[in-house]
Amino acid sequence: MKRIFGALKAYPFALFCLAVFALLVVLALLAPWITPQNPYDNAAVDFFDASLPPGTEAGTGEFIYLLGTDALGRDLYSAILYGLRITLLVAGSASLIALCVGVLAGLVAAYAGGWADTIIMRLVDIKLGFPTILVALTVMAVVGTGLGNLIFALAFAQWPYYARTTRSAALVEVSQEYIEAARSLELPPWRILMRHLLPNSISPILVVLTLQLAHAVAIEASLSFLGLGTSIEEPSLGLLIANGSREILSGHTWQLIWPGVALVLLIFSVNVFGDRFRRVLNPKEA
Amino acid sequence: MASYLIRRLGQAAFVLLLVSFLIFMGVYAIGDPVEMLVPPDATTAEVNRAREALGLDQPILIQYGLYLKGLVQGDLGTSFVYNQPTIDLVLQRLPATVELGLTAFVFSLIIGLPLGLIAGYRAGSVTDDGIMNGSILAYSLPNFWQGLLLILLFAVQLRWLPSGGRGDTGILFGIETSLLTLDGWQHIFLPALNLALFNSAMVTRLTRAQVQQAMGSEYVRYARAKGISERRILIRHAFRNVLIPLVTVLGLELGNLLAYGIITETVFNWPGMGQLLINSINIVDRPVIVGYLLIVVAMFVVINLIVDVLYTLLDPRIRLGGNKA
Repeated sequence: MKRIFGALKAYPFALFCLAVFALLVVLALLAPWITPQNPYDNAAVDFFDASLPPGTEAGTGEFIYLLGTDALGRDLYSAILYGLRITLLVAGSASLIALCVGVLAGLVAAYAGGWADTIIMRLVDIKLGFPTILVALTVMAVVGTGLGNLIFALAFAQWPYYARTTRSAALVEVSQEYIEAARSLELPPWRILMRHLLPNSISPILVVLTLQLAHAVAIEASLSFLGLGTSIEEPSLGLLIANGSREILSGHTWQLIWPGVALVLLIFSVNVFGDRFRRVLNPKEA
Repeated sequence: MASYLIRRLGQAAFVLLLVSFLIFMGVYAIGDPVEMLVPPDATTAEVNRAREALGLDQPILIQYGLYLKGLVQGDLGTSFVYNQPTIDLVLQRLPATVELGLTAFVFSLIIGLPLGLIAGYRAGSVTDDGIMNGSILAYSLPNFWQGLLLILLFAVQLRWLPSGGRGDTGILFGIETSLLTLDGWQHIFLPALNLALFNSAMVTRLTRAQVQQAMGSEYVRYARAKGISERRILIRHAFRNVLIPLVTVLGLELGNLLAYGIITETVFNWPGMGQLLINSINIVDRPVIVGYLLIVVAMFVVINLIVDVLYTLLDPRIRLGGNKA
């Protein structure tokens, strides 16, 4: 890990992007304490303040709408930070579930070989034949909208990427002498998988995690935009953009632009870092 | 080659059967579409009659069996809502989707190839860094938001181009296409650009990697030693090697065009297959959802098959039917 961050030091832009990502996560976590309004609390929202441009003072005179308000009178700055929470919650949990399932499947495939390997990798190949967004969209069409369903759909669509990477990284390790030594000591298989195989195959898995996290954010936003993602009560950034897009002809452009800027900052910062991370680990590709 | 093809076709059929089962079970096992379709004041007897008429009173496995039977005869069921065969509904909209996808594909090459050539030729320079970070930005921009910005800029603010719809079409070989009229081009330009951006980033990165690799190779050094002009080396020697890997991502690209086309069609109100899917999901028109998905899955299976075969033809070093093929 130290070695990796040492190598990343040479790329200030990637580190800057990492900092931007960390800042967005902190802002999302602190949202209830650093926003002037709870946008989901109807009592706190003043409908007469609908579609005010950025910088307008609230009707109550208590604070200023930094980024304006949406068509329902919600403070856009507050709504964006709350939306960021939902987006990060969905994409983060989906990525972690996909990571756990995929890594386990990949380790088992590499270690056990034989029919277990064949079945797992055949499933992975079938999935990888289709774009992630199409698979996630199909699942959402079947199970319906909602946070839990969305997390399931994303994890279902993304685990094969982790499985493929883990398997190919672990295959290299399986033939090494230390694994043979562990095997001849008759250590239980789960111990060999988790304590020996996994730690030595971890770097490429982390690269997949960063890139797939960015992808999960983008897909979550797209599904929510299509009306197949989060429900109206818990709008993610994608749903905020969908709301903003209805105002495109009325000139309330801030409702479309600012949620999008937040979304792009998030995806771009993760992608730049992930891309540089990949090149540091894989100098041949740089 | 023949045995390889037969085996791949067998695999393709298996995938189709598996996916059709999963999708059918998923879409038909959850919820009751009859409630959505009958008027709110319908009596229980009327609801039951509607259920019988749609065949929804049968056990689910029998419904699936009947569906499969229809499937092999080219019958994908009848839409609950439009009262038309699903296959007709989808096929009516196919030309618009294909036309948009192909235009976007050409756009992505026009944008991606030159940028990738420059970045690869000047690998490590500031230009290269700029182009590469630009490509990350391009694929970090969510497709739907970027499309909305295009509408905001070119349709709402500047009023240069229309914000959506398909525009006038002409007839070419019996197929309606917008590519024959000026109005059609004005309508297709923004959606095609929107759809192309993601793929152009991919083409740029791939081209750069190949060109960079080729520029450091023995044969380029030899060509330089012979005194061949840099321009000719770049075009004739380096660029040629881009083409083979480009074919392999072709499948990926076409897949992306089909999948992200759903979003582009929704944003630009483009009357294609993707828009049909989203509408059908919103009104729970099950036969159309299942039919559309099966047609798209079949398209993917065919695309993947063609790409694999093309790849083996282009590069004889890749053994047919080798282990883990």
